[in-house]
Amino acid sequence: MGISISLTVNGRPVSAEVEPRTLLVQFLRETLGLTGTHIGCDTSQCGACTIHLDGRAVKSCSLLAADADGAEVTTIEGIASDGELHPMQAAFKEYHGLQCGFCTPGMVMSAIDLVQRYPGASDEVIRRQLEGNYCRCTGYQNIVRAVKAGAEAMEG
Amino acid sequence: MSDTGIGASVKRREDDRFLTGRGHYTDDISLPHQTWAYFVRSPHAHARIRSIDTAAARKAPGVVAVFTGDDLAADEIGGLPCGWQVTDKHGEPMKEPAHPPLAQGKVRYVGDHVAVVIAESAWQARDAAEMVDVDYEMLPAVVSVDDAVKSDAARVHDDLDDNVCYVWEIGEKADTDAAFDKADHVTTLDLVNNRLIPNAIEPRAALANYSAGDDAYTLYTTSQNPHVTRLLMSAFVLNLPEHKVRVVSPDVGGGFGSKIFHYAEEAVLTWATRKVGRPVKWTADRAESFLCDAHGRDHVTRAELAMDKDGTFLGMRVRTRANMGAYLSTFAPSICSILYGTLLAGQYATPAIHCEVTAVFSNTAPVDAYRGAGRPEATYVVERLVSEAARELGMDQAEIRRRNFIPKDAFPYDTPVGLSYDTGDYEATLDAAMRQAQVDGFEKRRQEALSRGRYRGLGYSTYIEACGLAPSAMAGQLGARAGLYEAGEIRFHPTGSVTVFTGSHSHGQGHETTFAQVVSERLGIPIENVEVVHGDTDRIPFGMGTYGSRSIAVGGSALMKALDKVIEKGRKIAAHQLEAAVEDIEYDDGVYRVSGTDKQLTMPEVAFSAYVPHNYPLETLEPGLDESAFYDPTNFTYPAGSHICEVEVDPETGRVQVVNFVAVDDFGNVINPMIVEGQVHGGLAQGIGQALLENCQYDPESGQLVTGSYMDYTMPRADDLPTFEVDTRCTPCTSNPLGVKGCGEAGAIGAPPAVINAILDALAPLGVSRLDMPATPARVWHAIRTASSGKAA
Repeated sequence: MGISISLTVNGRPVSAEVEPRTLLVQFLRETLGLTGTHIGCDTSQCGACTIHLDGRAVKSCSLLAADADGAEVTTIEGIASDGELHPMQAAFKEYHGLQCGFCTPGMVMSAIDLVQRYPGASDEVIRRQLEGNYCRCTGYQNIVRAVKAGAEAMEG
Repeated sequence: MSDTGIGASVKRREDDRFLTGRGHYTDDISLPHQTWAYFVRSPHAHARIRSIDTAAARKAPGVVAVFTGDDLAADEIGGLPCGWQVTDKHGEPMKEPAHPPLAQGKVRYVGDHVAVVIAESAWQARDAAEMVDVDYEMLPAVVSVDDAVKSDAARVHDDLDDNVCYVWEIGEKADTDAAFDKADHVTTLDLVNNRLIPNAIEPRAALANYSAGDDAYTLYTTSQNPHVTRLLMSAFVLNLPEHKVRVVSPDVGGGFGSKIFHYAEEAVLTWATRKVGRPVKWTADRAESFLCDAHGRDHVTRAELAMDKDGTFLGMRVRTRANMGAYLSTFAPSICSILYGTLLAGQYATPAIHCEVTAVFSNTAPVDAYRGAGRPEATYVVERLVSEAARELGMDQAEIRRRNFIPKDAFPYDTPVGLSYDTGDYEATLDAAMRQAQVDGFEKRRQEALSRGRYRGLGYSTYIEACGLAPSAMAGQLGARAGLYEAGEIRFHPTGSVTVFTGSHSHGQGHETTFAQVVSERLGIPIENVEVVHGDTDRIPFGMGTYGSRSIAVGGSALMKALDKVIEKGRKIAAHQLEAAVEDIEYDDGVYRVSGTDKQLTMPEVAFSAYVPHNYPLETLEPGLDESAFYDPTNFTYPAGSHICEVEVDPETGRVQVVNFVAVDDFGNVINPMIVEGQVHGGLAQGIGQALLENCQYDPESGQLVTGSYMDYTMPRADDLPTFEVDTRCTPCTSNPLGVKGCGEAGAIGAPPAVINAILDALAPLGVSRLDMPATPARVWHAIRTASSGKAA
């Protein structure tokens, strides 16, 4: 039997019936078709599935869709506005902070949260705070540069 | 140079879709009425299958079908083919045991494919897979290369006499032995090149669909080379007409070699979609990626370097045992032979080299190309040997290298292991790297660290690689069963924009940007008017795909060749339109001019004319402007560089910190410096990962994969890595029209010996002389303790 849930995703109200074991990331990808949020592992290490739940970065593989009942969810599809990239997205492009793009949505969502929690973060803090997001392509250096630049742009 | 042409750091056009969550990765694609597959995999490293009972699974909710190896055999489905046949030292072909897509009689590694369950949902397939009852008779497993060659070792393949796939050699043995006979000094090292798991962050996935209406198949798959997958699968496994099979590799989330190969899941899904009459989708979970993606490296080597008393190299002797895993993956036999032994000259004028490689089967996952593929293993041997030789002779690390470098006026240079290097200036890259690494101030830094109780070391690696795979004639002589050219097509549209079709595949490399830079510059049209298409066998003429840092050198050259044809065709059109002789038409930067006049036509005007040929002399001038080309390289390319690593070791904990890493690489001409720098960063991260963190471990008795998750296999994280200092030097490649060499693997090749040499340099005062990768804190600490307690380290 399914469980009824209602939540807000990228500003839109969503209601659905889900199988109890459905993970939030599966709900986003398969039920809502928001395939920008990726699945890179099965042990909650890689961070490719990072989204914002009530404003905080959360790995959407680490909670059930049912746990998100009543919550406000933002995914990578929901942060650009009026066709303009979010400053963090723009910084990742400017500083070549992505290659294959698979870890990128989770990385960007983590980075936005990081900036909110650590204004003016140093390289060291950025590197430590991103340890929950794996990237196999970039060696992280340009991600760190992008996060710094994105932070400056966000902080205006 | 324009701001979008060759040499400009153009921002990547693919980024917008990736950054907004609009990429199209295989798992993002779904088809109406699709079913889901889940593979039943062997829990044992080696076992005989007594029986498989699928009755309960078939009755489980949502199950559409359950198939085993017997079902494939009933349809006469073939084994997965190997694309490279290595000939052993006696002239015999390698042993090539059958590689069934679903097990026949035996399983040979943990994760081996036993059955597939197809159901309405992914959950239902997974649930039902647990109900497939397989009765196994456990057999002893063999894991390591040293165990595999023992006379009493369990045999992985019953139809072979032992576990040896081949014993291969390269170089002149007699000359090399003679060099050792006259040597003043011989340095000997026993080395382990640790086994790695590639770990692209996107797990492999596939979606197969049979369309009964047109009797045709479509396979979406995470492949670095969709045409190769189509060829191997249709011709050798499923016996399907190639023109009825379309393979699409959409956005692919990293490959690093692991997505080159044709895997069992692709063939099983493509076969099964017709059986069930519906699309079938499968996406690996990470645990499956660990178990079943082809692994990398896994060598055990004894290497010797013979020198005169001044440290001039006289000869090198290398004996390697390489793990193939349980079956031969697509390119596996070539990696530890052709792509390894041929690189053992490095940057040095060593006159005699002999290398013998014994490739063995074991009860582990297949081993194949992983970033660098053979060349990191060779570089690790050479650069560890050279640094150890310097230590033993009391020579400076840079000096011993300079003394033995192939001088820049000696090119082209034929090595004793079969390659002909075209260009290089190894002194120049080393000088640049030493300046950047501030080698002059190192002793002061070492002393300062020592005052804090820390040990600092400086490690060098002056590597070379062979990229741009490969001249087909040479590859064929060496056992390749395919050509290694690349194809490309330049299609002008009537309104002057261009679609580029390339057989290269981008899975992070940024070809949609770099290839567009090349094309827009050559045609003199805005980069916005160039679209690059890749990864679809129905749209691309043909392709051998992306691996071995070959895309710009071979794929880019194919485009250059097609561009030349377009420009020549345009010249004829311009001559007709301008009423001039063809030989009087000059072409430059997108404009055709009648020599010595102001009469001209732009490229888009010519293109429009080509599609609106109202007044063409049709017997001599064909309408349209659309040219394709195949480019087969005449030589490998030879990127080379100097990497210098500075580490600090805490002797109390054994923790190694990379405090500085300098990489100065000669990639020939560079199309997009921003992208090249990013490629180097990524390679360095994987190279440092191998040196310090990553290690695939199987239990030596049971053959269970011990490092089967991200909780057990140490991936490099942001806070594990330093800020790299990278720079490039340029000696243009002489064998391709762009003068490019390739940059994708350099970091992974150069970094591991630089890191280990740095640690050994740091710990030399403590008497540590032996250290294997990964240099984890536990290993380093143990090495220090062993050395300080006076035992052999």
